[in-house]
This record gives sequence, structure tokens and C-alpha cells, in this order.
Amino acid sequence: MSIASPEHEHVDPHTGTSTTGHEWDGIRELNTPLPKWWLNIFYACIVWALGYWVVYPAIPLATSFTKGVLGYSSRGAVTQELADLTAARAPWVKSLANASFADIEKDPKLISFARAQGKAAFGDNCAPCHGAGGGGSKAFPNLVDDDWLWGNGSLDDIQQTLTHGIRSTDAQARMGNMPAFGEGVLKPTEISLVADYVRSLSSLPVDKAVDLKTGAKVFADNCAACHGDNGKGNNELGAPNLTDQIWLYGSDKATIVEGIVKGRGGVMPNWGERLDAGTIKALAVYVRTLGGGR
Amino acid sequence: MSVKQQQAHEAALEAQGVEGGLYAEHQKIYPQGVRGRFRTIKWAILVVTLGIYYFLPFVRWDRGPNAPSQAVLVDLDHHRFYFFFIEIWPQEVYYLTGLLIVAAVTLFLMNAVAGRLWCGYLCPQTVWTDLFFAVERLIEGDRRERMKKAGDKWNLETFAQSMLKHWIWLMIAWWTGGAWVLYFADAPTLVYQLATFQGPATAYIWIAILTFTTYFFAGYMREQVCTYMCPWPRIQAALTDEWALNVTYRYDRGEPRGSLKKAAVLRDAGKPAGDCVDCNQCFNVCPTGVDIRDGLQIDCIQCGLCIDACDTVMTKVGRPTGLIGYDTDINVKRREEGLPELKTRIVRARTIVYAVVIAIIGATMAVALGTRNVSGLAVIHDRNPLFVTLHDGSIRNAYTVRLSNKIPEERRFEIRVEGFEPAQVDAVGGTRGANGWPVLTVGPDQTLEDRVLVTMPRGGSHRQHERRDIEFNLVDLVTGATVRVQDHFMQPEGDKK
Repeated sequence: MSIASPEHEHVDPHTGTSTTGHEWDGIRELNTPLPKWWLNIFYACIVWALGYWVVYPAIPLATSFTKGVLGYSSRGAVTQELADLTAARAPWVKSLANASFADIEKDPKLISFARAQGKAAFGDNCAPCHGAGGGGSKAFPNLVDDDWLWGNGSLDDIQQTLTHGIRSTDAQARMGNMPAFGEGVLKPTEISLVADYVRSLSSLPVDKAVDLKTGAKVFADNCAACHGDNGKGNNELGAPNLTDQIWLYGSDKATIVEGIVKGRGGVMPNWGERLDAGTIKALAVYVRTLGGGR
Repeated sequence: MSVKQQQAHEAALEAQGVEGGLYAEHQKIYPQGVRGRFRTIKWAILVVTLGIYYFLPFVRWDRGPNAPSQAVLVDLDHHRFYFFFIEIWPQEVYYLTGLLIVAAVTLFLMNAVAGRLWCGYLCPQTVWTDLFFAVERLIEGDRRERMKKAGDKWNLETFAQSMLKHWIWLMIAWWTGGAWVLYFADAPTLVYQLATFQGPATAYIWIAILTFTTYFFAGYMREQVCTYMCPWPRIQAALTDEWALNVTYRYDRGEPRGSLKKAAVLRDAGKPAGDCVDCNQCFNVCPTGVDIRDGLQIDCIQCGLCIDACDTVMTKVGRPTGLIGYDTDINVKRREEGLPELKTRIVRARTIVYAVVIAIIGATMAVALGTRNVSGLAVIHDRNPLFVTLHDGSIRNAYTVRLSNKIPEERRFEIRVEGFEPAQVDAVGGTRGANGWPVLTVGPDQTLEDRVLVTMPRGGSHRQHERRDIEFNLVDLVTGATVRVQDHFMQPEGDKK
């Protein structure tokens, strides 16, 4: 390999190597040949690259690209890997879909699989409202605690809620909502009194001057039908227990007054439309174990 | 430029006081066969090391029904390393680190005692190259015949010999790669699979790679690996000292060299004459093409074969053996100055330091291995939510725990939480034990992930801090062995009283 032209032919007297003809202040650049092993590897790489062009997608065309004889594509590889994964999981998915909840609870391995699958499905579908760890937020129930608005927290009840939703478009959805008492039903003073009474039910501090007896009467006349005479709620109707320490919207008086005035009625979609029965089963197991099963 | 041209050119430059080029053409080396003490030692080491390498995968070691019965096994699928009675999990790779440190310091110690013992006798490159040389000598003849054949044109005989040689080389290389993969799977099963063409593709690929590298490095690259590729000669040169034994040409005794006749004439004339008869045997047997009489040099792997060659010649000519031998710089210098030799000091500050380092790290590893915990616990506090208020105002924290059972038997563990009373502890996948703590069962040589819930009742002194230190104890229900892990319990700030 020599890039020197004949008129520049000049041999360095010290090394015996010809120079490139480039000269800077009397310093000439040696035209040392590339080592053979290096050149051979270089040529081998070129051959290898040609092979690649033939075998793999390589050259962009106007509207498409050369596909290569293997027909490989990274999207195809991902699809294949996902299909392999689905196939590998299939026996477990099948046994989960076929098992009753009673069977699942007896089999630690099935619980383990359902929790893992449920965790992934929860992250994909439920976490936007209920939080990544199921901690919930205002208006979106906390799933990690030991309280259930609807049903008693059994796997069947959770499955029912997941499949049909709450106040959703599903015919079997869980229905029932908190009416707006502020629109001609109760007077503002009554609302204030009953809000204080509700706070007192769960031992929250209330101004001593407040007439709780009147508040209790307003409660008995308007609220007890759903929330019960003693405010313990009714989980068939989704009426929360007002005597405990769990507040979906908040426990300060203003929030309670707001709830009484405007009513409440959050919606949970009917996931039966979007998820298969096995996934819903896995989600039910996962959600139940978040709070330790109660 | 041809080799001759280059040599001539370099000689001319040297005459002008100019240093030669940085690049030297490779010159093929034709080492001659030799017999003697060091050759015997080298054969013995070759047989033992290659024997261990090729047959170790077939050694069995009973670990019970739930673990493999191969003595040495790197089980990549199940993330385990087995070495006789030792079983290592991936997170315990620090044992390997310790082993590598001990190996490195042992190399230093060897070097301080007797130079490149590793290079000359133990290095796989040396051992396999030695074996390839032996095959070459057996088929194509000794040095002179091989040199002649290399110069001659091909004929049927030389072609057949060459083919046979390469075939045997490839067979050795193939066995080398074949033995390698046996360390990564049950050896008898894999041998059967490979023989019936049902083996995994990875096994065939690795056999192919190692067949090629063995054939290429031991058949072609040979001493170039040591001289140009390996970093150890450079490091070794920086670590050696004047007390280290090295394969040395005792020039104080050998020079001036000359033929027997010339030496006799000189001696008769009362002039000094060296013992070196300039027979070049030391150079002829050298596997790296070094002339040891030029002194210690970087290409010399100190295999001791020149000692055997020289001793044979010295015996023949009736001079004492040991013209080339293991010697120290100090003694060469002292003899030159007419001083008596000093006794070789193997025990000296440098070797003591190396030995102590080896002993300390070795002992630490032995103790760590002896007291290795066969159960493990990792705890991760739930971050979202950090805590949750229950209906009665209790506060609950959730933790993801992973239990490790590092023995091949099923075990039951109790999870206790120390640090405050009266906490309620639940494990999602556990049962309630006799002491009120949750009990979890972990399968043989397995891990188990579970969710542990710690609940603190409302009110009481334990609610004074926003964050409390707690300790998880994993107790083996049979042995009582305990693993302790520190963590925290979080609660709302508003509860401070």
C-alpha cells in the first residue's frame, strides 16, 4: 500500500521505508505498510459485512428496504419472544383459569403465580387510579388497608367488582351513590350539624358548642338508611363505615360538607370488557393479598 | 522485506548507531527434544494438570436427591456453582474474588522464590504448547528433520505427516473444548447428548470456539502468546528482585566460550577458558527461541529445558553440570567479584509478606466459608404507600421479603419482628406458628418471595416517632439459626404525642 507518487519517491535513510511525500519543516511522514495481519482482518471484515447485507435487512430503498434472505426483523424477534413467553406460561395460566378460588387459596405455588401475574396486570391497568402500590388517593380507594367499600373483601366479591365495575355501563355493575343533599333536601345549617356529628362518630375533635343531638337527628332522618343507625355503613350499597379511621375523600369538615352538599359517586370501569377472566382472577388474588387478605 | 534483508538492514543501522524498527518478522522455532530432570518434572505436571482438566467433570459428589451429583459444576441455568462440598450462590461471588486475590499473590510469591515458575511449568499455554510440540516431534521428527522438511518441497511423505500432525492437534484441541463444556452441565448426560447429536447448540459452539483457540494458540501462536500477548512477563519483570532464583547461564564459569580443543589449548597456556563449548544445545531446545547466554530476557519463560540440555553436554565432555541452572543475581555478581556464594534466601521480607497476605486472605475465606449462612433474608419496605391507616386507626407497613434456603432440603422459618411491642406480624403466604409469628416454608435450595405486614395498634408510647428502627429475624425452626435484617417502621407525623 503506497500512496506516494513516483515524483515524490523518497526513502527514509534510517528505516529504509519510503515516505508519503508529505513534508513539514523537513520532517517526512513514513509510509509504513499496514501489518499483514491487520489487513487480513480488515478484508475479512469486508467479506463478513457483505454476508450481512445478504442475510440481514441492510439497504434502505425509496419506500421499503432490503429484507435479507433470513427475513429477520427486530419487531418479529420481539413478537416471537413474547409468543414464547406466553407459551411458557400457558400451563400456569390454564390451571389458574380452571382453578376455583378455594383451590387457589390452598396452593401456594398458584398464589405465587397469580400474585406475579396480578402485579403486572395491576401496573398496566389499575395503577393510574389506585397507585403503583395500591395506596389509592382521594376518591380512589386504598387497596392496602383492611376496609372494603363494596363486599367483604372475599375473592368472589373482588372478582365481581373487577368484572362489572362500580357505577359503570355494565348491567351488573355495583350501583348506589351518595345523593346531593345540598340541592333542596337539607339546609346549610343542618348540613353543618350532621357533618360535625359524622366527625364525632369516629372520635374526631368537634367544637364543644355544636348541637350534636340535632346533628344525630338529621343523620337518623337522612343518612341512616344507607350508612346504618350507628353509622357503620353497608358494603352491599357501597355506603362507607363512618365510624372508622378510613376516609376516601378526607376527614376534615369542609370535605365532609362538600360530600353531603354535592353527593359522591366515583366510577370503576367494568374490566370484564377488557381483560380475560384469568387475568381478573389473578388481579383479585393480588389485590386481596395487598392488604393481607382481609 | 524478508527476514534476512531486515536483519541485514538492522545490523547496518546498528553499526551506524541507529536503533532498528519496532516490528520484527516472526521466526518459526523448531525446538529440539531433550531429556533430563526438568523435562521429567514438566511431563509429570503435564500429565497431572491435563488429567485433572479432562477427568474432573466426571468425578461425582453426593449432595442428596435435590442437588446435582457432579463434584465441580457451574450450573448457569440454576445460578449455582458447586465445588465438592462447597456450593456458591451468585450473590456470594466474593468467594471467587478472594480466590483470585490468593491466586495473584501466589503468583507473586512463586515469582519471588523462583521467577517464572508459572510460565515455565504451569501455564495452560505452556502445557498445551508442550503437548503440541511432543506430537510434532513424534510425527515429523526432531529439530533438524523438521527444519529440513520446512525448507524442502512437499512430497507425499511430508504431506501425510503434516496431515496426521494437524489431525492429532485438532483432536487434542477438540477434547480440550469438549472437556470445557462438561463443567457446565452433568458430564455423562452431556457426553451422551453430544455423541447422539442432541446436545444444546451452546455446547457445540463453545467446543468449536475452544477447539479453534487451542489449535491456534498451541499450534501456531505458541511463544508469541507469551512474548506479545501476555501481560505477566512485564508485571513479573517489575516484581522480581536480586534474590529470586532464575534460570541463569553462569557466564562467570562459561566465558570465554569455545570448542573443547580451543579451551584445552588455552588451559595449557595457563590462560582462562570457560566451560561453555558453544554447542548451542541450550538454544536448540528452547521453546521460545531464546539464547539463555544473553542473560535474563523477556521472552524466556524459564522452563528449565536448557538446563537439561546443558547438563547432558557437560556430562558428556566431563565437566561439572550446572553451567546453566537456577541461580540468583546476587551470587552471580559475588562470584564475579571473587566473593563466596551466599546461601539462597527463600525466607526474606518479600516472601514473608506474600505468604502472610496469602495466609490472611486464605484464612478469612476459610472462616467465611465455614460459617457461611445457609439461610438468607432480604427486606424491602413498600414505598407506595409508606404506611396505611386501618379501620381502627392502627398503622400498617408492608414489606416485600425474600427468603433464601441454601441447603438442598425443605426448611421452615419463623419471621419475627424485634424492636417494639406489641406489633402484629402477618405473612401473606405463611401460616401462624406456635409462638404467634408467621411461619414460611421454603423449598430445597430455593428462594421465596412473600409479603409481610407489620401492624401497630393505635395509641401508646410506640407511636411517638415518625420512623422507628425495627429488626426482622428469620429463625430456622429446626436449628434456631437466625438471620437479622434492619429496617424501619413508618407512621404519620400527626400521631406524635
